[in-house]
Amino acid sequence: MHPPAYQHLLLSTLIWLPIGTGVLILLLGEERARLGRWLALFGSLTTLALTVPLWYGFDRASAALQFRQTLPWIPRFHALYDLGVDGISLPLVVLTAFMTVPVVIAGWRVIRERAAQYFAAFLIMEGLMLGVFCAADALLFYFFWEAMLIPMFLIIGIWGGPRRVYATLKFFLYTFLGSVFMLVALIYMYVKGGSYAIAAMQALPLTLEEQRWIFVAFLLAFAVKVPMWPVHTWLPDAHVEAPTGGSVILAAIMLKMGGYGFLRFSLPVAPDASRELDALIIVLSLIAVVYIGFVALVQQDMKKLIAYSSIAHMGFVTLGAFVVYEIVRHTGTVQGAGMGMDGAMVQMISHGLISGALFLCVGVLYDRMHSRQIADYGGVINTMPAFAAFMVLFGLANTGLPGTSGFVGEFLVIIASFRASFWYALLAAVTLMLGAAYTLWLVKRVVFGPVTSPRVAALKDLDGREFLVLGALAAAVLLVGIWPAPLLKVLQPSIQHLVTQAIATKLGAP
Amino acid sequence: MQPALLLAIPLLPLVAAILAGLGGRWLGRRGAHTVTILAVAASCGLSCLVLKAVYVDGAPPYNGTVYTWLHSDGMTMPVGFLIDRLSALMMVVVTFVSLCVHVYTIGYMHDDPGYTRFFAYISLFTFSMLMLVMANNFLQLFFGWEAVGVVSYLLIGFWYTRPTAIFASLKAFIVNRIGDFGFVLGIAAVAYFSHSVDYKDAFGLAARLAHDSIALGGGRSVNALTCICICLFIGAMGKSAQVPLHVWLPDSMEGPTPISALIHAATMVTAGIFMVARMSPLFEYSEPALSFVLIIGATTAFFMGMLGVVNNDIKRVIAYSTLSQLGYMTVALGVSAYGAAIFHLMTHAFFKALLFLAAGSVIIGMHHEQDMRRMGGLARYMPITAITCWIGALALIGTPFFSGFYSKDTIIEAAAASHRFGASYAYWCVLCGVFVTALYTFRMLFLTFHGPERFRSTRAAQEGNPDPGHETHHEPDAGHGAPADPHESPWVVTLPLIALAIPSVLIGALTVGQILFGDYFGRSLLVLPGHNPLARVAEEYPGALLMAVQGFASPTFLCAAAGVLTAWVCFLWRPALAARAAERLAPLRRLLVNKYYFDWFNEHVVAALTRGIGITLWKGGDQALIDGALVNGSALTVGWFGGLARRLQSGYLYSYAFWMVIGLAVLLGWFLAYA
Repeated sequence: MHPPAYQHLLLSTLIWLPIGTGVLILLLGEERARLGRWLALFGSLTTLALTVPLWYGFDRASAALQFRQTLPWIPRFHALYDLGVDGISLPLVVLTAFMTVPVVIAGWRVIRERAAQYFAAFLIMEGLMLGVFCAADALLFYFFWEAMLIPMFLIIGIWGGPRRVYATLKFFLYTFLGSVFMLVALIYMYVKGGSYAIAAMQALPLTLEEQRWIFVAFLLAFAVKVPMWPVHTWLPDAHVEAPTGGSVILAAIMLKMGGYGFLRFSLPVAPDASRELDALIIVLSLIAVVYIGFVALVQQDMKKLIAYSSIAHMGFVTLGAFVVYEIVRHTGTVQGAGMGMDGAMVQMISHGLISGALFLCVGVLYDRMHSRQIADYGGVINTMPAFAAFMVLFGLANTGLPGTSGFVGEFLVIIASFRASFWYALLAAVTLMLGAAYTLWLVKRVVFGPVTSPRVAALKDLDGREFLVLGALAAAVLLVGIWPAPLLKVLQPSIQHLVTQAIATKLGAP
Repeated sequence: MQPALLLAIPLLPLVAAILAGLGGRWLGRRGAHTVTILAVAASCGLSCLVLKAVYVDGAPPYNGTVYTWLHSDGMTMPVGFLIDRLSALMMVVVTFVSLCVHVYTIGYMHDDPGYTRFFAYISLFTFSMLMLVMANNFLQLFFGWEAVGVVSYLLIGFWYTRPTAIFASLKAFIVNRIGDFGFVLGIAAVAYFSHSVDYKDAFGLAARLAHDSIALGGGRSVNALTCICICLFIGAMGKSAQVPLHVWLPDSMEGPTPISALIHAATMVTAGIFMVARMSPLFEYSEPALSFVLIIGATTAFFMGMLGVVNNDIKRVIAYSTLSQLGYMTVALGVSAYGAAIFHLMTHAFFKALLFLAAGSVIIGMHHEQDMRRMGGLARYMPITAITCWIGALALIGTPFFSGFYSKDTIIEAAAASHRFGASYAYWCVLCGVFVTALYTFRMLFLTFHGPERFRSTRAAQEGNPDPGHETHHEPDAGHGAPADPHESPWVVTLPLIALAIPSVLIGALTVGQILFGDYFGRSLLVLPGHNPLARVAEEYPGALLMAVQGFASPTFLCAAAGVLTAWVCFLWRPALAARAAERLAPLRRLLVNKYYFDWFNEHVVAALTRGIGITLWKGGDQALIDGALVNGSALTVGWFGGLARRLQSGYLYSYAFWMVIGLAVLLGWFLAYA
């Protein structure tokens, strides 16, 4: 299929359509919240529809940024309004557009307080998140990166649970402090190279010393977002307090920005420092898989358990991204290095779908019983069989069952890390046991068993709206699991290009 | 062979499973079982055609890709089929037993509210198992491997309101995952060396891998092939329930009886055996790995059989018997007698499925009673069940002329002929195992079908005190009031019993010449010339009938006869003797009743330790160290930000906008200062 003629406007439309819809909903106000709700659904569906020409018009043979649009933005700083997607950002763009729709539908009848603002916040956030993945200019990237926090901050702060003040603060402090260092690094590179273009930064020659500082600055920003151990403790708190939609977006999209940052900035901008400090990332990733797996096992709160499970799964993303250097060191070739990054990308997409679905499942229960405590449930299958089927499916997907998307990324990363070291693969594979233990133990305690309380006995099964949302996610989880080849095909040229960038050296001949 | 035809074999049960599972409400009970049975029957017929094509017509093995699952960094991971004589045989066994179980289920699950769901699950299982045996690469093997595990998980926990059932299903899944942990590492190692997941690429490398090594750091390394084989075998230990990963199988009896027959006796648990046989081109080059296999198998064969002697639950006795027989197959693998392992797998599939289905028939007849102490004398009431059960039992203990004789006797002979490290230990284990097998099998027969009728007296005693551990879940006669006599089961139950009894008797004698001592497996199994313990046995092979006649003079037969005699004395003739022996051997009995304390260890040490680590890391690491010391360290900071947050939550839109503006101003100010 040929790229459509309007292609240079497509990304801008993707970004500003939801933002514009959000603003419109705000302007209509709370009195017309019902209309706002429909507008939100329309806006998110249209945005999703716009990703169809994006997906099919994308040239799978090229690693270059496509659907490029370049306009002057802040001439004084040579900052450009520069958008484009490559194989790494495209799947994340589609994921973002896809996951916003269930969030809007999930909040349909549940949010009664300030409903218009709620839907507006999500739509605006969708546009800003799409901006993060589409920005080809570092300043523009940073603008979207920080701006996106504001709606999320409000979502947790307004529609959150009882300890929302603590959670929002922790969330804000962590992410803000992390990103400040990134900004410093970006500005440093701007001063040095005279451009905010990400491509220019990737090509900018830097000494090892400079690269180290820049790497650490990026690490602070991205490690918090992923989140990596030990800067992860904001996530369980934020999830627990966030409303369902907030949790879904947080887990499905926001965490991916950390992984995206590593792939977009850390590896290509500071390849020599990455090579030098890769052991740090690998060790932290493996700690995330093993340590956090154990912690997830003993959680009493469903959302906390899934939040910890997210951290463990995101460990595969950072492991897959940074295992490239060890592979080269150990085998002497780059063969198989791209597989780790492929795995990291697939894991991000898959985790977006599965964790989003699991948080929606918890939301379904929470809407009915207003409790997240595992102990309050038991035997839900007796009263909610359709829900139970979905919960078991997503639970199994979370354990990395082949045939679901959860398997693909983990499998690729384990195979790739075996090329680096037997022990990496061994520790990563521990997730097979721990992941199964904490997820299915949760399922056992919540879903199976006899009805434990009159409140469970009074539960109503999924309504059409909930069924639709979970059904769509289940279809996506199975599709990616059964036939991941199209996704991998989109990734391939960009990942190969990234591998080349990552193993190159910027130090040059002395 | 047409690829489309091959594709239809697994897809028909899959489509049926989807129809019955998602459309069960519209199809109804009748529709659900019709659809699934037709699909499995078609699948079984097509499998027979395939077997005929590869064996009778001598068609070359089919090895082709169905579709490319993914392609990453130069490695293609396909979904594809390898159809040779090994997989064709497995396909026929799987679909035939599955068909019998489908029919049987109509009767067994007749009153269950989960009727259509059950049919969906067993059809899904058939699909998964077919994918496993038809695979031509490790990826698809792993897919089938995990898929059968999941269906097993769902079926063990089928009666989801029973705490014991859902505990057993979780246990089964996690223990299997411990095995899969090794399995995945094995696959990763294969992919590392061959940069492919195809069987044929890995097999081509085997001889070279035997001299390669995997670095473990610190200058140490292990032999690559031994590491790969042991990792893969750890997977097999989980799935085929070998010590110490056997603990899930006895508990899996919480599931309905038809799946105990299909999944936990005839097919899924033999997946590990099939896998090792399929990997024979790898295992053959690693002597240490084969010794490891041999010792684990021998230990399982003898020690797990012992547990059957003290158990009173009819299904669990057969479950321990399955463990023990899987041990026999593993021993055969360990001495390079892969053909004998697959042969025993096949005969065992028929007679063990028969025994389970017969036990299920007894359970229906006894109105969901499983304790053998409350049975006795049932042969009078359910003659077909009793006769078929006798046939299964005679086959199991290896009575000459019955199918089990040919397979089991060959394994024992092969163990005797092998010179591998551990072979003499294995020989004594499997030989003594014959005595144990005969003892528990006939104890079960005598307690169930013969002797005094104990169900009348105990039934009155247990009124009002139903044992929650037994299948009282959906008592069909619950509304009838007075307890009825045991009764023979309907034809949908007895027909599969008869259908399985026939091969249990005949299949051994009919096929031993071709499968075991002929060239049935041809190139689908690899045995290195110096390794073949069957070669000597084959040289002396006198023909099926003569072999059986000679079998009466072998030590094996004497052991079996002694076991039957002991069972007769202790449980039929002089029951007091058994009680006295139990008293005399109290410590041994306690060890056996507690199942060698494996469950105790797992629960009180492994599980407790895991939870302890989790709590320590959570409370100590996350909460005290990271959050306590580092994040919330300064109460001042928290207080200050708390005040800030209160202002943030004022709820007025203008204040949010205000904050946005502040943020942008800070951003801009920063630039101005730097530019």
